[in-house]
Amino acid sequence: MNDIPIPYGRGDLDGPARFQDAARPRLRDGLLRRNLRRATHTIRDRRARAVTELPDWEELRETGRAIKARVARELPELLERFEEAATAAGAVVHWARDADEACRLVTGLVAETGEDEVIKAKSMTTQEIGLNRALGAAGITAHETDLAELIVQLAGDTPSHILVPAIHYNRHQIRDIFRRAMPEVDDTLSDEVADLAEAARRHLRRRFLNARVAISGANFAVAETGTLVMVESEGNGRMCLTLPERLISVVGIDKLVPDFADLEVFLQLLPRSATGERMNPYTSLWTGVHEGDGPRSVHIVLLDNGRSAALADPVGRAALSCIRCSACLNVCPVYERTGGHAYGSTYPGPIGAILSPQLTGIEANRSLPYASTLCGACKDVCPVKIDIPEILVHLRGQAVDARRAGPSLERVAMRALSWLMADPHRYEAALNTARRGAAPLVTALGGRRTVRRLPWPMSAWTSSRDAPLPAPESFRDWWHRTRDADDEREEVSP
Amino acid sequence: MHIALFVTCVNDLMFPDTGKAVVRILERLGHRVGFPLGQTCCGQLHVNTGYRDEALPIVRQFVRAFDGYDTVVSPSGSCVAMVRHTYPRMAEGDPDLAALVAELAARTYELSELLVDLLGVTDLGARFPHRATYHPTCHGLRELGLGDRPLTLLRQVRDLELLELRGADQCCGFGGTFAFKNPAVSGAMLHDKCAAVLDTRAEYVLAADNSCLAHIGGGLSRRRAGAPRPLHYAEVLAS
Repeated sequence: MNDIPIPYGRGDLDGPARFQDAARPRLRDGLLRRNLRRATHTIRDRRARAVTELPDWEELRETGRAIKARVARELPELLERFEEAATAAGAVVHWARDADEACRLVTGLVAETGEDEVIKAKSMTTQEIGLNRALGAAGITAHETDLAELIVQLAGDTPSHILVPAIHYNRHQIRDIFRRAMPEVDDTLSDEVADLAEAARRHLRRRFLNARVAISGANFAVAETGTLVMVESEGNGRMCLTLPERLISVVGIDKLVPDFADLEVFLQLLPRSATGERMNPYTSLWTGVHEGDGPRSVHIVLLDNGRSAALADPVGRAALSCIRCSACLNVCPVYERTGGHAYGSTYPGPIGAILSPQLTGIEANRSLPYASTLCGACKDVCPVKIDIPEILVHLRGQAVDARRAGPSLERVAMRALSWLMADPHRYEAALNTARRGAAPLVTALGGRRTVRRLPWPMSAWTSSRDAPLPAPESFRDWWHRTRDADDEREEVSP
Repeated sequence: MHIALFVTCVNDLMFPDTGKAVVRILERLGHRVGFPLGQTCCGQLHVNTGYRDEALPIVRQFVRAFDGYDTVVSPSGSCVAMVRHTYPRMAEGDPDLAALVAELAARTYELSELLVDLLGVTDLGARFPHRATYHPTCHGLRELGLGDRPLTLLRQVRDLELLELRGADQCCGFGGTFAFKNPAVSGAMLHDKCAAVLDTRAEYVLAADNSCLAHIGGGLSRRRAGAPRPLHYAEVLAS
């Protein structure tokens, strides 16, 4: 057995605040809540319609799950195959253990071209490692070209959704951002979608034509052929992939699929789950370099940043199957009300709540597994059948176990309850005590069986709802009183 | 059939009428109901909050209490989901417990499953002359896949007017300790659920879990006097 600890990931994977604290100001922002509600409900309805069109949707999900499970089992071999195939096709493959190493690699690859500006296709992975910041520190300006990423960048903000990074803005707000941050735009810009798109197009065109270096992520990496795949809606990603002389792709090692034929499954699962479309408008595949076509040098940075640590967890590793469709965000009642920023990590929503704590280790993200009611809506829509509620509960166990040594009122209460509930006699005595304790309270309340305000920690409950009080007679006392329970009594364990 | 009732700790202490209703329904159908006195709680609170070690003794007690019964019924979707889906995971690595759990999980039913699937009854002869709406709780809806079963039963109740609930499949925000750990988010979800319930103009809001109902009812009674009252659907079926 190897007992060298597997390093956790770093970068923009955890925030300074606990989820419950970061959520509070967002809940008070009525505009944010309306924007989120409208957007998530639109996408979720479209997804629901799109998946019913495919009679074999459930089989596709199962196949997707099985392929990803195989990837988890065979990852080292698949990575070697990928490196071999990509290298043979003329790409240069680099390995990065964590965010810092990846940023250093990419910054170096840009710096050696002498360029101080790069264009970027939308990439969660480069957000995860905080690449734009690292480039900036090296005097290199990164320009986002994905429309939503561009909006977020111009606003000086961070993405709030996996697929729709600017989901928290409506088009009036986007117009204001453009007016403020695009030098070529004046105050006559309207908030019509076509006008906003045109403004962004003009803004980006110059960048596309002048850029000599581009940075991208990838949705899939095919081990068999060394091919990278990017799925997008606007074609701006394709501009990044084809126009510049040097392309640097930062790819998480979880993006591997074994064979080219596996794309058939994921290219059906992804667009329907993500945007509710049968097919996304642009699917780009690139394999190494080609004389006279596309970039003259292609560099691929394979990033671990905590993925091996997640892979080592037999329950939690299923989170690495995620294909970043964000269907779970769009159906999550918690995400719908808080938006992505409350999660503090590049990966928000239900998938972020299980992915981030595994990449960073539980201590850096211990509040995230609790950012869910376990309602199960996320599990139902996941195209690769990740059992998100199961992993949330598993990680809650880790969060509790990590602090068994320190003092905790909650643990004292849980232990006491466990002690009571493990024994029917103790339990029954406790029920009676609770009932008797509540009786004077019921009398004081004039017979009402609910209370408005309770002391801490029950005050969390009465902050927005009345609390019920114990009944005057418990069920088991009623049973004792009304039934001949002799035959049942024997079944009480000693 | 000799059916063991798992009343659940919440019902035992707070909502005994629900357990009585289940007894009435089953006895009316001619079955013998047993109440194993060894029962306490299913351990859901502990497991879902991350206290797996503290939950295990409760799980063992549950299995002991219901050992030997052919059929176990409970008026709680989330507690049945716990036994059926979480117990097998809890018992991994303990073959003896795993065997008992597998057996028990296979014969533990939520009330509507027992009535519709096992006993083949949908009309219980109940009469409830009121307007009501039904909230399908998350564990019943998604983990157990109860589907239309509770509504199938409620549709047979005389003089009951069932009103459609907007966004019925949306979580109410209870989530066990979620309501305590994230009270603000929970409150926001509750607010929307209460608004949907109030819009139905129902007199009662029905569900298959008293914990979710306590949450919704607690929010409703704060919002408006004379708001719809929470009621377990078993109590309607027993009326």
